[in-house]
Amino acid sequence: MNTFFSDLYKKANTGFWPVVIAFAFLVVGTISVYLNPRSLFAFLTLLTTPVILYFMKIDTKVKVFIGLLLLIVILPVLGIRNIFYLEVIFQMAVFSALALGLNIVIGMAGLLDLGYVAFYAVGAYAWAIFGSKQMSLLHSIPGAAPANAEFFLDARWFWLFIFLGVGLAALMGILLGLPVLRVKGDYLAIVTLGFGEVIRVLALNLDKPLNLTNGPQGITPIQRPPLPGVVQALGNALTPLVGHVPTEAEIYNVFFYFLALIIIGIAIVVATRLEDSRIGRAWTAIREDETAAIAMGIPLVKMKLAAFAAGASFAGAMGAVYAANRTFVSPETFSFQVSIGVLTMVILGGLGSIPGVIFGASAVTLLNIQILQNFSLYLSDLRQSDAVIPIINFPWKNLSNQLDPAKYQKLVFGLILILMMIFRPSGLIPAARRQRELGDEKEAE
Amino acid sequence: MNKRLLALLSLLVVASMVLAACGAPAAEEAPAEEAAATEEMAMTEEAAAEESAASMGTIKIATQSPLSGGQSLLGVAIKQGAELALEQLGGDLAAMGYDVQLAPYDDQATPDVGVANAKNIVADADILCGVGHLNSGVMIPSSEEYHTAGLAFVSPANTNPVVTTRGYLEVNRVVGRDDVQAPAAEEFAFSTLGATSVYIIHDKTAYGQGVAEFFRAAAEEDGLEVMAFEGTEEQANFDAIVTPVVSLAPDVVFFAGIYNQAGVFFKQARDAGYEGTFLGTDGMDSSDLADIAGDALTTGGGMYYTTVAGPASAYPAAAQFAADYEAKFGSAPEAYATQGYDSMNVCLTAIKTAAEAAGGKPTRAQVAEAIRQISVDGLTGTISFDEIGDLPAAQYFIIKVNAAAAADWGTNEIIEVLEVASPGKGE
Amino acid sequence: MKQIAANPVYKFLLFPVGQIILFALGASVILSLVTVLLAYLFKSNFIDFDLVERIMLILPQVIINGLTIGFVYSTIALGYTMVYGVLEFINFSHSEIFMVGGIVGIQLMAYFEHTGALATMNEYLVIALAIVLALIVSGSLAVIVERTAYKPLRGAPKLVPLISAIGMSFFLQDLVRLILSLTTGEFNVILPKFGTYDEFWKLAVPGMEDPLRIQIKSALIVGIAILMLVILNFLVNGTKVGKAIRAVAQDRPSASLMGINVNQIISITFLIGGALGGAAGVLFALKATKLDPFSGFFPGLKAFTSAVLGGIGNLTGALLGGLVLGLLESFAASYLGIFTNGAFGAEYKDIFAFAILIVVLIFRPSGLLGQTVGQKA
Repeated sequence: MNTFFSDLYKKANTGFWPVVIAFAFLVVGTISVYLNPRSLFAFLTLLTTPVILYFMKIDTKVKVFIGLLLLIVILPVLGIRNIFYLEVIFQMAVFSALALGLNIVIGMAGLLDLGYVAFYAVGAYAWAIFGSKQMSLLHSIPGAAPANAEFFLDARWFWLFIFLGVGLAALMGILLGLPVLRVKGDYLAIVTLGFGEVIRVLALNLDKPLNLTNGPQGITPIQRPPLPGVVQALGNALTPLVGHVPTEAEIYNVFFYFLALIIIGIAIVVATRLEDSRIGRAWTAIREDETAAIAMGIPLVKMKLAAFAAGASFAGAMGAVYAANRTFVSPETFSFQVSIGVLTMVILGGLGSIPGVIFGASAVTLLNIQILQNFSLYLSDLRQSDAVIPIINFPWKNLSNQLDPAKYQKLVFGLILILMMIFRPSGLIPAARRQRELGDEKEAE
Repeated sequence: MNKRLLALLSLLVVASMVLAACGAPAAEEAPAEEAAATEEMAMTEEAAAEESAASMGTIKIATQSPLSGGQSLLGVAIKQGAELALEQLGGDLAAMGYDVQLAPYDDQATPDVGVANAKNIVADADILCGVGHLNSGVMIPSSEEYHTAGLAFVSPANTNPVVTTRGYLEVNRVVGRDDVQAPAAEEFAFSTLGATSVYIIHDKTAYGQGVAEFFRAAAEEDGLEVMAFEGTEEQANFDAIVTPVVSLAPDVVFFAGIYNQAGVFFKQARDAGYEGTFLGTDGMDSSDLADIAGDALTTGGGMYYTTVAGPASAYPAAAQFAADYEAKFGSAPEAYATQGYDSMNVCLTAIKTAAEAAGGKPTRAQVAEAIRQISVDGLTGTISFDEIGDLPAAQYFIIKVNAAAAADWGTNEIIEVLEVASPGKGE
Repeated sequence: MKQIAANPVYKFLLFPVGQIILFALGASVILSLVTVLLAYLFKSNFIDFDLVERIMLILPQVIINGLTIGFVYSTIALGYTMVYGVLEFINFSHSEIFMVGGIVGIQLMAYFEHTGALATMNEYLVIALAIVLALIVSGSLAVIVERTAYKPLRGAPKLVPLISAIGMSFFLQDLVRLILSLTTGEFNVILPKFGTYDEFWKLAVPGMEDPLRIQIKSALIVGIAILMLVILNFLVNGTKVGKAIRAVAQDRPSASLMGINVNQIISITFLIGGALGGAAGVLFALKATKLDPFSGFFPGLKAFTSAVLGGIGNLTGALLGGLVLGLLESFAASYLGIFTNGAFGAEYKDIFAFAILIVVLIFRPSGLLGQTVGQKA
């Protein structure tokens, strides 16, 4: 059985077949999403294309061509037709960036950070506070803001704040790291968890004595940067493909999508370069054996701090983008559950593996905001109908309202973490180096 | 090897998905075709007639409220109220040839989920109107999406002034506002109860803090002494607040929050020996409060709450609704079920008006315009909207809790009903 | 002297009880003194109302609250510290095992209420039965969790079982919610009202206007917690199993060579720790009166902080750490608002615990009593 499939795979993975398959998915996916913008299956088919591109033997030029076609033309067009898809892909990109950052801390340097969401919050609140009217409202009671307040900074400052987000988050990473990195690995987990909570509670409570964060009310409206002419032109150029002249809101969605793509691109380059650099090798050494690393002359604390700062910076940049995209931030977005969610993505994809964590982030995000939700909606449809569950003859109507898959994210996260640790600790797409190590370990036992 | 297996696996999964995607509609159509083929010729004609009537298309009305989690009791009530309204009042649109469906979404009482769902909702071109949310903190960011997409939403429960003061055409509500409710509560505490001191607690949510701030402002105006103003996220151990409450012994403890947290606090404070009066807001309006707090609500100075959504018994027209609701869902309507029903009624009436005016399936903009024009006889009275989407005059209730168990929740009495004009957009 | 120390009554009853009382009193007195001192310092400076009087007014109640919650933390912290002592592993899901204990206990009481037996039964018997059930359920759950999620990972790098434990914690939260939702349609679990343990003892204190009011419930929680701690002390220090646990903690390979079944001992450690956690859950439920599947998380974290504060792996340390943290938290929550005139209040009490954790780890990573893995008190 197994040989049959691997033979089949071998056959499919030689000659021109991979290109044909990739194109087939691209074309079938595109057409089906175009004709049927609400179908989850169609969307998933389209999203399989990059996975195929990654795994199959295709000429690099063809790969790049298909990839760019998908990212630059097809997804924006389909996304304007159904902005929810752009939202899904935007969130995938946001979480991919977070996962890439966390991957540096956990996967490369081996430091378990359970409060990673704090850095994301720092980036988001940085732009939220300065890019909204909040600075003029420092002395007013939350919720009773005068309507005539002025925006503090011009919207164009946003571009600077992406970099400030990087810097601030990195600084926070260092500030947290300085005291904490002396402690052992498992203490570190709890301390970072506490740090994540501290940041959230501060965001929640710093509405007095000075109203900095507007407390639980959250900050809104937050400015978006003015649309660059290029994006505007691109949006307009897509008119014939989309079927109508895109509105400004739709073009903004496309704009944030591209912005997220660019950040992801940079994050991938940075992460790859880091991995192969001296620093990356030092992290690996620390992860594998601290004592040996010290003996080799690796500056332990400095390297750990570098890992914290580098990891945090990705989250800081994405935080600023997120705040502008949503035009709203509130402390609820930065809960512990998000930290664990990002951890789940990293673990699922593969600790230390860059394509792995992107895959993990995409899969978990998709699961979270689309698959589970769709399943819930489907169940609710069934509950409204007269259908019965076959065989046991149980009417769907009587199915408890509480049995709602969208609400059991934690269960899913938990299961993924446990099962991955037991059965595949190196992840679905393991890092080449790590796979070797963990594989050895298992055999040695 | 692993790589290959994985790739193969994903290939298989996708292939099966594509098959399923192609197969699903076919499977749905197949029985219909079969049925049509086997029917007599005369029947076919009738089927064709039905077909043409149904060809006007599908109209969906979304609901967004927490269907699961700590506040699901109220959120499900909104959805079920709307569902009942659709069933009872959707006939007109069905007669016009539309297939009207409910699309319930679960916002989990969190802004992020609400916004993501909102994007999903506005992307569905069949959705012409929506009912929701329960929490103002979710409604405010989500309605930015509705606003940009031009999709009208009718809120059955959001009391935060900001919901409507932004002046969006698409945002309406069938209930009153916190900047009236909280001063009404304060007025009740100060004048009717004759309180001289108050201890204000809120739950650190957008809703609770908002109400508490309005209450504090009103209290300071009247010269009612505010002994403390505190927010807490604590769910279980309220020692840190109970101790000062007992030692300061304020006449009234005002809790702006949701019942599942407040109930525990009321119980612990009463147990620790606080004898004064508890005062709450519409977040307390749930029979579960009585289960959680027990006789803490009826002993000492008792417990009162203000609400913008009176119990079903407060509305003469709602008696039949309550009976129908219980028959359909097997439980008495919780707070906001009536408002959910009315919100859906507004949606349906507006869609119908717009459809008649447009002579076909209306656009979202037409529906949103229509909502501002119509006047509907709802369960809670005649509903129409002013230029920012508020009721011209909303009702506010002050209710005394007489129940120490969930089953007795119906015995609560209405102490006062105020009808106050909307404060409008404010300065 | 040596003879007295070897006397079992002294060793397993008087000494631990005395130690507990000493810790409780000592920590309360020191913290009260510091607070009052601070009050005098602040008073002369800038706050006009009588700060000292406001502080003294609620001081007894603050101490009682702190001790009550402190004993609950201690009892939970023992579960963390035992597992850490033996496996050097943070059992992240211990907070959920604690929560399950509380929920099971309340469900039993609710069952008695449902059948009508609750009104006629002796209230202390009801509580005792609830605790016994919680001991059994939580203990077995801890063993099941260990067998399924941790045992297969023994010998893997340290992060691996820790991540599995975090997963287990999340999994259990939603699993409990799923079960509760499907069976009762609601996931708030509410303590039924019975008995008179909610009432107060009033003690007249010379020099104070009002009598000191002590809730019987607080005394009950403290009493049961002390009982548990004494039993645990006996189990670990006075029995063969305890000796085996200590041996495994000290040196697992050697213990194995000595003929100790290490896997069995690890399971027993989880059993004892989980059972204690379950009992603490019932105590916490008596205090909180309502639990839901997520209410284990924060007490769990704080108990872990207590364990670290006292020196993780050290049983006496966990006890002391819990008491100190409970008191600190109670003082911070009640007095922060008074000292800062309302600018910072009780809402910062959760961060306060973490701040303490960070400070301890920086200045004294081995905790107040130092790390004595394998040489348990």
